[in-house]
Amino acid sequence: MLKDILKILENDARTTAKQIASMTGKSADEVTKLIKKAEKEQTIIKYKTIVNWEKVGDEQVGALIEVRIAPQRDVGFDAIAERIYRFPQARSVYLLSGTYDLLVLVAGKTMHEVAGFVSQKLAPIEGVQGTVTHFMLKRYKEDGEILGGEEGTKRQPVIL
Amino acid sequence: MSIRTRSLTSQRANQLSPSGIRKFFDLLASMEGVISLGVGEPDFATPWHIREAAIYSLEKGYTMYTSNLGMPELRQELARYLKDSYGLDYDPDSELLITVGVSEGLDLTMRAVIDPGDEVIMPDPCYVSYNSCVTLAGGEPVMVPTNQKNNFEVSAADIEAQVTDKTKAILIGYPANPTGAVMPRDKLARIAEVADKHKLLVVSDEIYAKLVYGVEHTCFATLPRMKASTVLLGGFSKAYAMTGWRIGYVAANKELIAAMTKIHQYTIMSAPTMGQVAAIEALKSGEDSSQEMVDDYNRRRRFMVKGLNKIGLPYFEPKGAFYAFPSIKATGMTSEEFAEKLLMEEKVAVVPGSAFGQCGEGYIRCCYATSLAEIEEALVRVGRFVAKYKK
Repeated sequence: MLKDILKILENDARTTAKQIASMTGKSADEVTKLIKKAEKEQTIIKYKTIVNWEKVGDEQVGALIEVRIAPQRDVGFDAIAERIYRFPQARSVYLLSGTYDLLVLVAGKTMHEVAGFVSQKLAPIEGVQGTVTHFMLKRYKEDGEILGGEEGTKRQPVIL
Repeated sequence: MSIRTRSLTSQRANQLSPSGIRKFFDLLASMEGVISLGVGEPDFATPWHIREAAIYSLEKGYTMYTSNLGMPELRQELARYLKDSYGLDYDPDSELLITVGVSEGLDLTMRAVIDPGDEVIMPDPCYVSYNSCVTLAGGEPVMVPTNQKNNFEVSAADIEAQVTDKTKAILIGYPANPTGAVMPRDKLARIAEVADKHKLLVVSDEIYAKLVYGVEHTCFATLPRMKASTVLLGGFSKAYAMTGWRIGYVAANKELIAAMTKIHQYTIMSAPTMGQVAAIEALKSGEDSSQEMVDDYNRRRRFMVKGLNKIGLPYFEPKGAFYAFPSIKATGMTSEEFAEKLLMEEKVAVVPGSAFGQCGEGYIRCCYATSLAEIEEALVRVGRFVAKYKK
């Protein structure tokens, strides 16, 4: 039941409790209660909007940064990861297997700003052994959504 | 020199009744900004992995005819699917035929089994091509009324009452277009008994088999003693959002498939190759994407049904396909009048139930395979319209 609700909200956070109730066959009160509970328990972390900033002429610069770090006694990678993810510029931070350890997604207004963050904030952190910065050239798809719109299905107006 | 006095078109073509709602279609085509609940197909594009498989096959040059029966790999996958889904064993080399949609399968079946004057019993209302395919094959459609009170399920007793010396087959299609009805297994079993008793063929159109909500679909061929006397028609259009690919299949005994294959090879050759490749991919790994779509239809189904309830249009809860079939009798209009007026005044398109047979009169078919926002807006408009004309 909660999973049904979450699935609907994940796809469209603006679906109202009443609409969800109609879709799932539960009462609106029940749905509201479950959503409140999920919010409280942080099952629902936040409601956000996927924005295509280019449409308002506001180009964002994004970068993926590979970070190699030396794990520390007792805390492993976590302490350094925390120092990094506390920066608001770091939009997403992942620990990965493979040739480097952390993948940090950074967003900024200009390339200069992003480069500044890497060279002045991220790279100097003790334990960071090296970084490789990949600037994003184009965003095709964001969090499951194709930017520039999904293809339209062209159906005949009536089909028996 | 002879003067041509005969009709240019054949009597066979002339006897087909033109779609009764042609005028409505023309009207609809001339209008803009219409919300359509009249579309009998999914609103999803075919899942990408299926499209991608077909694109790859084109790149590799799979552009030739296939075996008349269809690609061996597709028939094998289909045999596996029917085994896994229903426990049915069909021999991929002699008991399965890949067709151009269920439409072709239905036409082939009728042409392969009907002699002039043979009767085929079918429920009213039913999908528009059922009686035309029977007529085209030289047979006589015999309609068995169904109604809202019985959830538009056709009763075995009513079928048996229509059996004559000329009866050749029973043609059913559940989950049903236009009503959304699903027949429970025990009621289908009673139809099977009638078929068995009178040695009738049962043609079961199960194109909506995967689109059932909270109930189980019964494949007619799984009923006792029915496999040999059932022609199972199925396809990929609805479950995998593949309407435009035109791929369906017939599963039946060897003798029937052999007869149908003869007709198929002379009229069609083979179903489109690109579509067959896509169908293989659908069967191999389309289960998840199909289930996701079915879950989504179910959410919209509940939404539609609740909305109709609020408007005060009596309906029975549809458990399959993607249609609701509410009664509009309270307005005193015929379903055609209702549909036309609704279109003109509120710009919402529905299909008059009368298009599907006499027993569909007084009902409209509302398809909920459209976006939630559109369903919501359509319900507001229909509600306003009904409130205005309700007597």
